[in-house]
Amino acid sequence: MGRYVIRRLLQFIPTVLGTLFLLHYLTSVGMQLTGNPVRALFGDRTPSPATVEAITRKLGLDDPCLKSPGNPCLELFWQRLGLAPRNGTFSGYLQGDFGTNLRFREVTDIVSTALPYTLKITLIAFLVEAIIGIIAGVLAGKRSGGFMDYVVKIGTVLVISVPVFVLGLLVQLFVSVKFGNWLRTQEWVPEVISRGLFGAAYKIDYPFASLVIPGVVLGLLGLAATARLTRTSVQENLRADFVRTARAKGLTGKRVIGVHTLRNSLIPVVTNLGLSVAVYLTGAIITEGIFNVPGVGNQIGKAIFQGESMVLIGITTMLVLAYLTITLLVDLLYAVLDPRIRYE
Amino acid sequence: MSDINAATETVAGAPTTSTAPAPAKDSNTAPAKERNASLWSDAGRELVRNPAFMISLGYILLMVSMAIVPWLWTSRDPAICDIKQSKLPPFTGDHLLGTSVNGCDYWSHIVYGVRPSLLIALLATIGITFLGVTLGVLSGFFGGWVDAIVSRIADMIYSLPYLLGALVFLTVMRKSELMTRSQNSQVVVIAIVLVILGWVGVTRIMRGSVLAAKNLDFVHAAKALGATNSRIMFRHILPNAIAPVIVVATIALGSFIAAEATLTFLGAGLQAPAVSWGVMIAGHIQYFFEYPYLVLVPCGFLVGTVLSFILMGDALRDALDPKLR
Repeated sequence: MGRYVIRRLLQFIPTVLGTLFLLHYLTSVGMQLTGNPVRALFGDRTPSPATVEAITRKLGLDDPCLKSPGNPCLELFWQRLGLAPRNGTFSGYLQGDFGTNLRFREVTDIVSTALPYTLKITLIAFLVEAIIGIIAGVLAGKRSGGFMDYVVKIGTVLVISVPVFVLGLLVQLFVSVKFGNWLRTQEWVPEVISRGLFGAAYKIDYPFASLVIPGVVLGLLGLAATARLTRTSVQENLRADFVRTARAKGLTGKRVIGVHTLRNSLIPVVTNLGLSVAVYLTGAIITEGIFNVPGVGNQIGKAIFQGESMVLIGITTMLVLAYLTITLLVDLLYAVLDPRIRYE
Repeated sequence: MSDINAATETVAGAPTTSTAPAPAKDSNTAPAKERNASLWSDAGRELVRNPAFMISLGYILLMVSMAIVPWLWTSRDPAICDIKQSKLPPFTGDHLLGTSVNGCDYWSHIVYGVRPSLLIALLATIGITFLGVTLGVLSGFFGGWVDAIVSRIADMIYSLPYLLGALVFLTVMRKSELMTRSQNSQVVVIAIVLVILGWVGVTRIMRGSVLAAKNLDFVHAAKALGATNSRIMFRHILPNAIAPVIVVATIALGSFIAAEATLTFLGAGLQAPAVSWGVMIAGHIQYFFEYPYLVLVPCGFLVGTVLSFILMGDALRDALDPKLR
């Protein structure tokens, strides 16, 4: 186990380097094919060459390799990582420098003000996915071919095939606006519910209630996978010998399902839940944009809209690092949870 | 009962076989004429009887026909718009689905909007299938350093969430000549990005399936007969390992259509002069509450297409898995 953890940690380093290089290469090729991204910031106005040059240098985009298509820009990569000096100083990801926006606000600062909202949404989404997903999966798996099995099967196919942004728009229109407007005309409904919970967008007055619906939409993203995985896993375990023994001992159905089966069925589900937290990072861009939550995803949307490539690269790098860390933790968790698998 | 039948058959057959070999050959081919029991023909028979598959296939064929010959579906040119007739509701006058914010006929936009979405999905799927199958077969068959290199690169790409990677690249590329010149070059660029970030899944599945097929008896037999590596790979292993890839490719068609729409919705995919469902949704999002149908109509067609591909993939998976039968 100890050796497995160490080996997995050592493998983590080349994976991080490789993934960050891939991201770096994609953006470099993009810039090589497009030209200086600073020009795009000015829209239709033509800035003076001196202004462009000053901003370019400040953003660290003055490397000549960004002008030759296909060049991997290794020097720039090491500088961005913070392993090679730029203008005599080391400032890169290792030193906590993820770049600045056009107004020289640090990307780390942008992210840290936006992060609490994203964490709250992610927590809500996680709870929705875990609770509803596992319950639906168990109900479907308990009686294969039964009514609930079909409901879950059809429901998951529908959820998978509706893109997140369509789902978000539908929920916003029918739940938050149509149903919400009706609620807001009723006298007896408290404001927290009518304006907070069923509001069409995030409101500062209701910091938690108005995040519930965006969180639920985000949670639906991984719900189908969780429900299906639980279903298959429960079905498999119900045929196992230990379940038959439990039944033969005369235990109640509740205990057989709730304790004996579920405990063994949840191992793959837990890892899937961990990985879906990583999926939320991408989904948050869309849900936060639709419901106007001032989280990290919304900042990405803003950066795309304004053409601030450096902010986008900085935030994406941080997200990729978070994603890799989560997958690492899930892998390690798996080793702890499942003693049947031996790691050398 | 069957025992008696078999007995009479052997009794009756014995003298004929001793006189001439022809009837014996006849009895061999007779059942084959009745029922061709290869994996694919069995799967085909099962799919024809599956209503979900046939309905999805019908819907997809409709969409494909819109993509190939849009002028058969609408007589209007999507580029001719009358700003005075902006945002008409559906079923007004001769506008079947109303008009867009610029007064363009919405139905004609839906019809002409199929092509770029389907084209991106088709190109990207062909790309990931070709790349994935080739790399998967090579790394599964040869193992060793080929496998090590392919697997490490696959790991790296797999660690980059693919929507995020595509988003960053396309945003940086947005102002470039490739993304502003014409609709076709936009389509190609988006398809290439989706292929670069999407081939890993197919490669992994193919590799696993080749590893499973590699040690089967018929492969050893082919090797013993002196078949070359490429013959073993492409004539013996590939046909027996391709089924899961076909399922994944069908589902990928649907998910690439969804991915294109999502990228366009976020402002990093196809851009305005191009006509596509994603562009229609993104362009009308600010009028969503007043004129919801402007967004919901293209969303409906989009969801129908994605759903059809996923249902087809599910049906294919069930039909191609002999263990489930």
